[in-house]
Amino acid sequence: MNIYVLLKKTFDTEEKISVSNGRIEDDGAEFIINPYDEYAVEEAIKQRDEHGGEVTVVTVGDEDSEKQLRTALAMGADKAVLINTEDDLEDGDQYTTVKILEAFFEDKDVDLILAGNVAIDEASGQVGPRLAERLGFSYVTTITSLAIDGNTAKIDKDVEGDVEKVETTLPLLVTCQQGLNEPRYPSLPGIMKAKKKPLDELEIDDLDLDEDELEPKTKTIDIFLPPQKEAGRVLNGELEDQVKELVSLLRNEAKVL
Amino acid sequence: MSEKILVIGESRDGVLRNVTFEAIAAAKKINADAEVVGVICGSENLNDLAQEMIYYGADRIVTVKNEKLTSYTSEGYGQAVLAVIEDENPYGIIMGHTAVGKDLTPKIASKLEVGLISDAVDIHVDGGQTVFTRPIYSGKAFEKKVITDGLLFATIRPNNIPALDRDESRSGNVEEKSVEISDLRTVIKAVLRKASEGVDLSEAKVVVAGGRGVKSADGFKPLYELAEVLGGAVGASRGACDADYCDYSLQIGQTGKVVTPDLYIAVGISGAIQHLAGMSNSKVIVAINKDPEANIFNVADYGIVGDLFEVVPMLTEEIKKLKGN
Repeated sequence: MNIYVLLKKTFDTEEKISVSNGRIEDDGAEFIINPYDEYAVEEAIKQRDEHGGEVTVVTVGDEDSEKQLRTALAMGADKAVLINTEDDLEDGDQYTTVKILEAFFEDKDVDLILAGNVAIDEASGQVGPRLAERLGFSYVTTITSLAIDGNTAKIDKDVEGDVEKVETTLPLLVTCQQGLNEPRYPSLPGIMKAKKKPLDELEIDDLDLDEDELEPKTKTIDIFLPPQKEAGRVLNGELEDQVKELVSLLRNEAKVL
Repeated sequence: MSEKILVIGESRDGVLRNVTFEAIAAAKKINADAEVVGVICGSENLNDLAQEMIYYGADRIVTVKNEKLTSYTSEGYGQAVLAVIEDENPYGIIMGHTAVGKDLTPKIASKLEVGLISDAVDIHVDGGQTVFTRPIYSGKAFEKKVITDGLLFATIRPNNIPALDRDESRSGNVEEKSVEISDLRTVIKAVLRKASEGVDLSEAKVVVAGGRGVKSADGFKPLYELAEVLGGAVGASRGACDADYCDYSLQIGQTGKVVTPDLYIAVGISGAIQHLAGMSNSKVIVAINKDPEANIFNVADYGIVGDLFEVVPMLTEEIKKLKGN
């Protein structure tokens, strides 16, 4: 099976966010594989181990994304591709990312594409379904189980807590939800092997795509931090009185009861 | 330019979700004079749902009735909604940022080759430009975003843009459109209900959430009682789910659901940054924890330091008294 994973690097979940000049400050920030994309990498490796074939991890991003791609290779992916847009694309959006991916996949023979259901930074969750639509693939989002048999896939899909039992056909794109699997940590031999695995770097010029096709459809005009919350009020006194006071505050001050 | 904004309705168990009404209000925020056209897909009871959308401010409704639309699939609904878009040629489309909204809208945007702004919490018009505000980095920051080219297409986060009041004196036309739906490659074989009955967590006005401090599945009972008197829903931290105190369908946080209720009561939750990502934009936050150093107190409006097994039942009783009056 030819399996591809869409991977994005994101800020570490523990990172504090600061803003300067209307942009997120990323100097010195720790980056990780987007946590939902980790489920995708793990699932891709499992499916390959079961059905044979090859796992290729693809990132549309900058030079620094190489680190996260190497981590995916160390986990067990076979190949990685970095489509480096740093020099060619000032501001992209989901539309332009999918344009690039569509051009990349144009000449590829693909059975399965896995992606995270959302990236924890920009959190649009659009790239997977958008790409599937362009490629004419079936897609299922927020999956928690995947069993492939020949040309059919049986899937558990999380729908706000309920589970849908879905059947569909390959070629297929799925987006991964927590609960699908437990992503492995790269082993030491895995890390050593990853250094020798192929990591191709492409630029937009290498794809059948004109730069003027890459006009984003949306634009961020400002980024700001939420207003600092004033320190809350921790109540005092006998527990029973505190509870009475809380109810009165919720009713009269906060007006939510 | 046409003066129509489409609102894609969404129902669950035969009832429209509240976010559909919020989407109507959002369309009116973009342009108070626009004709708001609701779209409802399904196989039965569509006229009742259509009427409800009109009571909440939609001017006209197009229903697409087809056996193949009995349960939501992106393929089926995609075909139906695209056919309506082609007919109506709107300049804006709004839908709820729900499981269905997240699944359907990118497909439509991609097909139409237009932009889409997902998960907006506010919409305002500034100098003729429609500006959408949305959380990024798990709510640690916000961005203001505009669509530079074409259709104003957005999904809105539940519980952020207030719906208009229901008004039965509003009236409007309901038209049925017939759409040929091709055979579906993707089929829903069954749905296993795991999400608790009653109030929907992502739309609840009150959420009572428990963490590791709740100690057991049994320990959640007092939380359910409190949620019940408040007409709210119960949620949980990842810690409580990992420890098997409750189902993952209740999980609130960076992985899990994002909620913005009017009142969030965090019980025995320490307040890890990943949990805060799922609830810190709640309007009023109450923390109940026996550890005075717990991080949750830093985001709480009101805090009680104490044993949750004492505090929560007392709180339930107090609120019962209040509601009794």
